Amino acid sequence: MLDSHNRHLLRHLQNTPEASVSELASRAGMTPATAARRLDKLTALGVLKGQHAIIDWKALGYSVEVSLRFTLDKTAPRAFDEFMAEARKVPEVVEIQTFLGRVDVRLSVIARDISHYQTIYRDRILTLPHIADIEALMHVASIKTSEALPI
Amino acid sequence: MIDLDDLDRKLLLALVQDATSSARALGTRFGLSQPATWRRIKRLTDAGVISGRRIDLDLEKLGFAVSVFLGVKLATKGRVSLEDFERAVSAIPEVQSVEHVLGMYDYRLRVVARDLSDFERVLRRRIMTLPGVGDVEANVLLSEERLPGPIGAKPG
Repeated sequence: MLDSHNRHLLRHLQNTPEASVSELASRAGMTPATAARRLDKLTALGVLKGQHAIIDWKALGYSVEVSLRFTLDKTAPRAFDEFMAEARKVPEVVEIQTFLGRVDVRLSVIARDISHYQTIYRDRILTLPHIADIEALMHVASIKTSEALPI
Repeated sequence: MIDLDDLDRKLLLALVQDATSSARALGTRFGLSQPATWRRIKRLTDAGVISGRRIDLDLEKLGFAVSVFLGVKLATKGRVSLEDFERAVSAIPEVQSVEHVLGMYDYRLRVVARDLSDFERVLRRRIMTLPGVGDVEANVLLSEERLPGPIGAKPG
């Protein structure tokens, strides 16, 4: 599916998603028409699913970001579903991930400051169903954020 | 820090769903002129609220069946500088993101691999050999959802 031309295209697109098709084409060493055709094909195959804008929550006044790692009480039959359904209702939860490992679920929670975080934690997080254990990691800095694939 | 009105929030949400939407299309959708839409997007970008964009790829179709989050604790803080570790870990192609955190781990890494044995190779040859690495905890990602956050909620 990925010949070296497609690999090149995707690599450049990963690095500069806002580039125009003709810019991408010249970087990947092909004509704009070829690049456009290849990108369309990758989209049709479902490999390229789209582009999303990234919000910097700090610029909106949310200076605190905490990674909350949960172990759930798995004796409750629908623990995962019920926990996640309730977590989705908390506006400050920006990410939900489930895992195979020591951690069952992780939530990314943002807050304006520490006292705001404390309020969210007490009123909205500790009240989520089926929690067996919680650990918190406070975000200090993003060192690498590209999320680029090694293609 | 800037204040958002309802239209800003709608524009942001729309761009989080599809960053390639044109100012013209968004304007039509929300009842704004194209220049007015463009000015609002420029204001959000200039204020750093929109910090960039990212392409969404189907990892499995590209052969990356496994994503793993690693919690890494440094064994020798002080002796090995954080910068050395950060530079070395950021240079590993399979490491997609690196976060410095406070808590039971010092760093949180997102690692992508073709399968579990490929992951084991990355872990042994690349991660465990990094300067200063101590405890490492691995959790294999099963599912992931990104939510709109506070801009998706009704303004209070």
